Amino acid sequence: MCDTCGCNITEGNRHLVEEGGKHAHSEDGSVAVEVLQNLLSENDHQAAHNREHFDRHQLLAVNLMSSPGSGKTRLLETTIDRLKARYRIAVVEGDLETENDAERIREKGVEAVQITTGTACHLDAHMIHNALHRMDLDQVDILFIENVGNLVCPASFDLGQHLNITLLSVTEGDDKPSKYPVIFRAADLVLITKSDLLAVMDEFSPERAEQAVRQLAVEVPVTQTSAKSGEGFETWLDWLEEQIELQKARRSQGETRTPKLQPEGAKLHAGEG
Amino acid sequence: MHELSVCQAMLAQVEAIAKREQASRVERIVVRIGPLSGVVPELLRQAFTIARAGSVAAEAELDTELQQVRIRCRQCGAECAASSNRMICCECGDFRTQLISGDELLLASVELIRE
Ligand SMILES: Nc1nc2c(ncn2[C@@H]2O[C@H](COP(=O)(O)OP(=O)(O)OP(=O)(O)O)[C@@H](O)[C@H]2O)c(=O)[nH]1
Ligand SMILES: [Mg+2]
Ligand SMILES: [Zn+2]
Repeated sequence: MCDTCGCNITEGNRHLVEEGGKHAHSEDGSVAVEVLQNLLSENDHQAAHNREHFDRHQLLAVNLMSSPGSGKTRLLETTIDRLKARYRIAVVEGDLETENDAERIREKGVEAVQITTGTACHLDAHMIHNALHRMDLDQVDILFIENVGNLVCPASFDLGQHLNITLLSVTEGDDKPSKYPVIFRAADLVLITKSDLLAVMDEFSPERAEQAVRQLAVEVPVTQTSAKSGEGFETWLDWLEEQIELQKARRSQGETRTPKLQPEGAKLHAGEG
Repeated sequence: MHELSVCQAMLAQVEAIAKREQASRVERIVVRIGPLSGVVPELLRQAFTIARAGSVAAEAELDTELQQVRIRCRQCGAECAASSNRMICCECGDFRTQLISGDELLLASVELIRE
């Protein structure tokens, strides 16, 4: 549990904090200070800074999240094969251990930086920032960030990405969105992966999976792909290219995009404070 | 499992506030957590018992105020109580709803002692 999770406070986490706040003095000499600040505001601050890097270098940053083994790296391998001729791609790989995934990407002739988090179950904005300074972002049109395989923790940490993709492989069960609502609510696209296995996995119903996503009040596309057979790649790549154009258009207006990770309710409440 | 990181970020904020207020110690920390924040209150409290050691909040209590999931329907305008994995409109059944509360992850207040 938590005591085995070695998530560290990173350099940027230490200094803080916004001035002000209401004070109430009580008789016993204690002072109550009202704060109303997001607990992860330091991470969010670093994420916003990362996003400025991405926008200055005119690239689209896409964060991939899923359980371990849902096919994130394989999706990237096939995607690179299909897009390499037209776009310059780079990848940041997050894993607990090993350089394996980065090596798989490098074999495709694409730059990959591996972040090994040790025991930390997610990437945070500070780790991404350190990785960025090891890359030549001027040579990049699309930066993929493969998060640590985990359906819980990555959803809470903004990295500075423009888009989130949540993958659900057909071997995991179509009720995952109901069990892990936070990560599916964060998605700008839900990819049902390993669709070639649907033929032998008749327990998995893509319709039920999509229904479970809709129950979370999520309107984003839910689409199927197989990185093995190439099935569904037209739809996925069309979506991605559309996002590249949309981001270009935003940039030319001096705008950017934040994925839906940011707590909406919290913002409403902070506004009241 | 990421509750320890969240807890450490919280303690960093609390330390900064205590320093700004010239407090010698912290008595109570109040956080507001929604079920859709991705943080489990129970795990945050467990992480706190580990992470607070040696900090200005070493003897502090942590109060986790759980928030309710509430939605507003973007079709019919109804406001409803909902749950984390069922957020459709209670009036018209449409799924296109907006979250009003339930994803909070807020440091609400800190009680300090100045000595
Ligand atoms: N049949 C089939 N197998 C796939 C597909 N995509 C991935 N796999 C296999 O599933 C296993 C895991 O795939 P990865 O791409 O390594 O999964 P991952 O999400 O990157 O895993 P972690 O980084 O460890 O979280 C590998 O054996 C892949 O070859 C697919 O579309 N069809
Ligand atoms: Mg991988
Ligand atoms: Zn309605």
